[in-house]
Amino acid sequence: MDVILFLTFAIIAVVCAINVVVQTHPIASAVSLVGVMGSLAVLYLLLGAEFIAAAQVIVYAGAIMVLFVFVIMLLNAGAEVRHGRSLMAQVLGVPLLIALLGVVAYFVQRLYPRGTMVHFGGFTGGSAQAVGHALFTTYLLPFEATSILVLIAIVGAIVLARKEMD
Amino acid sequence: MDTFIVISLIKIFVVFAVLMTTLAYLQWVERKVIAHIQLRPGPYRVGPHGLLQPLADVIKLITKEDLLPPYVNRPLYLLAPFLAITMALLSISVIPFGPAINVAGYRTWMQLTDLNIGVLFVLAVSSMGVYGIALAGWSSNNKYALLGGLRSSAQMISYELPLSLAIAAPLLISNTLSLRDLVGRQAGGIWHWNVLHGPFPQIISFIVFLIAGFAETNRVPFDLPEAENELVAGFHTEYSSMKFASFFMAEYANMITVSAMATLLFLGGWVAPWPAEYGSTLVPVAVFAVAGVVALYHGLHPARRRDRLSLPAFGVIFLIIAAAFLLPILQGWLVPLFWFCAKTGTILFAFMWVRGTLPRFRYDQLMGFTWKFLFPVAVVNLLVTAFLVAWLG
Repeated sequence: MDVILFLTFAIIAVVCAINVVVQTHPIASAVSLVGVMGSLAVLYLLLGAEFIAAAQVIVYAGAIMVLFVFVIMLLNAGAEVRHGRSLMAQVLGVPLLIALLGVVAYFVQRLYPRGTMVHFGGFTGGSAQAVGHALFTTYLLPFEATSILVLIAIVGAIVLARKEMD
Repeated sequence: MDTFIVISLIKIFVVFAVLMTTLAYLQWVERKVIAHIQLRPGPYRVGPHGLLQPLADVIKLITKEDLLPPYVNRPLYLLAPFLAITMALLSISVIPFGPAINVAGYRTWMQLTDLNIGVLFVLAVSSMGVYGIALAGWSSNNKYALLGGLRSSAQMISYELPLSLAIAAPLLISNTLSLRDLVGRQAGGIWHWNVLHGPFPQIISFIVFLIAGFAETNRVPFDLPEAENELVAGFHTEYSSMKFASFFMAEYANMITVSAMATLLFLGGWVAPWPAEYGSTLVPVAVFAVAGVVALYHGLHPARRRDRLSLPAFGVIFLIIAAAFLLPILQGWLVPLFWFCAKTGTILFAFMWVRGTLPRFRYDQLMGFTWKFLFPVAVVNLLVTAFLVAWLG
């Protein structure tokens, strides 16, 4: 059952990801990206990280992508026109892609040599309590540093917006 | 395992059937409530007191011609109503309607499933619901629909912040994200409900939640996405037949979800306002008995000729329901269900009352209200609650 669900949503995620690139219209790409994020959330759920899954949907699919769609609708961006592809991309594209995947696979193999299998439902530290506890004990410093970074970004956004208005 | 699947399927079927009937009749109730606020009789022709009106509406919507305008973006135009209704119905799956009950030897909860991230699940699903409206507005390729979709996405992004913050405050007191546990922590009586619970009663947060909930469901006075005097019908201008009905049902399903969430988060879910040993189980009996007697009295002194038959029939039905609440076998699940429905129904009535009373906001007022008033209030409320819980709890 877990494997069937994993395969289904992994395939949906990959198909949607390819669709993001293939589609010419920004709205269609954005909707495909929502599909990627939704299926990633299901994969997190299968691995036992239910808080991360909920946060993924609320933050990425529910907030950030809504904002993307909103901006695309507001700018009324039309479909892209396909330009003639360059000769370089046609000749070198596929070999370079294969080379890149090979290098990534090689380093992953080198860094994690022991091939431990992932067990669905074997991980239990994904509840909201566990994540909250980890954030405020083990990872307190990175957590606070990130929150200050986010605060600076918000202040920066307001400063930039004010400058535009004056 | 097999019994679990069978019981789950039965529960899904029952909840779905009841929900669909409620959605249809909520429309009748709303028309009646607004009619009485405006001193009109409301729907009266189809069936006694217009009670078969929802059935007629459903037949009308199904048999209407399903237009597909030639200039729309077809895949997204067809996806949008499907998304809206799916997301609206999905959040009902984690709402608990009552405690665990025994049916024919099996012990089961009056809830489809309990997630330990139940509250987050409802938030996540409702935040996905905006895609239905935004995509409907955009893919219709119509300026009114596009403006409606834009307004709705801006409004839903803005009001989601105070909504989430208002939800966070009672969660700090109850210390759980599971909706079932949330009700368990509020058991015992009205002073244990989060809306009155110490160390800091969540009245402010309850009001903020309700206001933001009105905006999230695009209801009056926040119904700018479908303001008919400016935008024809807003995001669903180009939709007809069952595709229009999907948006319509989604709006009512979202209303039910918001009311049920307010009940669970702040009003103690299915818990009675005072313990059963002081006679709270007799309240539903009294309510239905009084309703039955009143209906019988008016049936014997009819104002209209047709009431001579219909009102006594309703009176007898109400008296039978009142008697059912006295049966010990049924009491275990009927009484909690009564309290849950009573609380949710009161909030739903408030939705209709507000629709019959308040005019629509102007667009800048709508945005200014949430960002300059509602959001700061929710933040301050959350901070005060957090400090008091850390200090006293």
